Amino acid sequence: MQEPFIIKDCALLAIASGEKAHNLQELADRLVMVHAGCLYYHFWGGMLRPRFEDPEFRNDFASWVRHELHDEVLAERLSIIIPTDYIDLELLRQELLEEIEERLDETEYSYLMRAQVPFNFIRSQIVVFDTHIRIKEPRGLKEIIPNLSRSSLFYHFIDARRRIEGRHDDFSEWLSAFGKEYDELIEALSNVDPYLTGLSEMRERVKRIFNRHMPD
Amino acid sequence: MTQNLESYAEIVGNDVVRHLRQLADHLTGIKVVHVNSTRYGGGVAEILARLVPLKRELGIDASWEVIEGDKDFYDVTKKFHNGLQGNRVVIPETQLGKYEEINAENADRLRDKLKEADVVVIHDPQPAPLLRLVGDHKGKWIWRCHIDISRPHRPVWKYLRNYVSVYNASIWSLSWFAQNLPHPQYIIPPSIDPLSEKNRQLKKSEIEKAFELSGVDRERPVVVQVSRFDRFKDPIGVIQAYRLAKTFMPLQLILAGGEAADDPEGDLVLKEVRNTAEDDPDVHILNLPPDSHVEINSLQRIADIILQKSIREGFGLTVTEGMWKGKPVIGGDTGGITLQVIDHHTGFLVHTPEGAAMRMRYLLTHDTILKRMGKKARTFVLENFLLTRHLREYLTLMVALVKGMDERIEL
Repeated sequence: MQEPFIIKDCALLAIASGEKAHNLQELADRLVMVHAGCLYYHFWGGMLRPRFEDPEFRNDFASWVRHELHDEVLAERLSIIIPTDYIDLELLRQELLEEIEERLDETEYSYLMRAQVPFNFIRSQIVVFDTHIRIKEPRGLKEIIPNLSRSSLFYHFIDARRRIEGRHDDFSEWLSAFGKEYDELIEALSNVDPYLTGLSEMRERVKRIFNRHMPD
Repeated sequence: MTQNLESYAEIVGNDVVRHLRQLADHLTGIKVVHVNSTRYGGGVAEILARLVPLKRELGIDASWEVIEGDKDFYDVTKKFHNGLQGNRVVIPETQLGKYEEINAENADRLRDKLKEADVVVIHDPQPAPLLRLVGDHKGKWIWRCHIDISRPHRPVWKYLRNYVSVYNASIWSLSWFAQNLPHPQYIIPPSIDPLSEKNRQLKKSEIEKAFELSGVDRERPVVVQVSRFDRFKDPIGVIQAYRLAKTFMPLQLILAGGEAADDPEGDLVLKEVRNTAEDDPDVHILNLPPDSHVEINSLQRIADIILQKSIREGFGLTVTEGMWKGKPVIGGDTGGITLQVIDHHTGFLVHTPEGAAMRMRYLLTHDTILKRMGKKARTFVLENFLLTRHLREYLTLMVALVKGMDERIEL
């Protein structure tokens, strides 16, 4: 018999690394050396910290380049880097560095701009706890989704991709153990882009997918 | 009036309160002591007055101690405050001696309690030396800095750093306030309590009293700045902005300041503000006692726009309060104000009295935009700056300190 699905929740803490960048060259220099957890925080952490649900830029690098260095070109290039496209954070780091270095080669303007507010590298610390809710069969998962907290959804749908080989979400991983019956549902879940959706919107999408594939 | 956790569920939702209980289950019975320098007045005292009872309700043995000092002590700690916010103050050795002496007396008085605590949270520079002075202790110590220390006057920070660096962790309101320290520096913005006297929903009759208290009339627009009479809050700049805007439209200004026991400069600044206002009948300067919470609440509610034209600001809880009442905020582009005032969404960020005047004129002639911004502002506070979020982060941090400092902690 399949093990029950354990609903967990999490809380994310932000820790200042002490590393700061005042211009693009410094950003590249610091990016080489900072803890990989900083990349995680600056790409994903925004979902659980104060900001508008639908910000102008999804990652902090693009936002800082736009608002502090006023480099719209690089901001646009950085904004389309989708972290889920990379197997691990080191590859994501490489991609970021390549974009920044290319921009430094392109124009001297990039060397001249100095930010009023520096880029402060932050890393995250995640505390995961048990909600004591257990789901025994897939239909129970459908019922719980609308009531999941945003942070619980973050843990099971986004953070899971760091923990599970194949970068699945927890729901898909658990459903796959029930055989082929849920393959289409799993496929539909894999098409939800967690990066371009806020958590509240994501909960709605996941709910709709469950409703479509598991009609009452 | 103390509110229990369930009362908050009506505002933030049941899942948020359930979340707090689940986290707190792992902290049952631990002893937590908060220490600051004043019981009344100022944002820190207000936060602690609410946070500590809620922690107790969650099963944590939380308490709050206040250090005792005299005028000379608060004179020097005010200099620290000004120096850390960037003023080039000079603090003579004799005054530093006074600072250390008062802290030593407080360490003697509080030693037994602090030594036994599992977690000690020391707020701001005033009691910072306590850790070095208490000696052997059982728990983890956290230094919580509420002020904007992004560009400190270096000699002042160098002196204070000596006391702060030995803590197990520190907490800062914004990432760019963090300094070079040998321990984890957590980023936790402060919060307001939606059920406190200062922020609860008021009856119409309670709001009406603000007109009597301030002397403003109901016919003309009102702009309000609530804050201590402190130069960093730029009350003179507010009067200049009001005068510039008033040349184009009818306008009334309320400057409501509270007194804080640990701020000896307040009287002097208040005098300067009164001199600047001269006898303008539409500038209403109110020096309110520290327990004027309902009065402040009503003043913010009769405002068309909230101002917070600070030139330095740790966080700016009066901004949060104004936004919670559904008002757009015109705020100085500094410190924690930038985290709350999202330019063109929840208000406007400004750099000068001229900028503030221009935005006042804009909002007061675009009523639909004014209302839309106010609505957005309230939603933004609901999702990000209420006490329940603050409490959750404190609990998470305590769990992290007690259970280990790994990047991922599975309970």
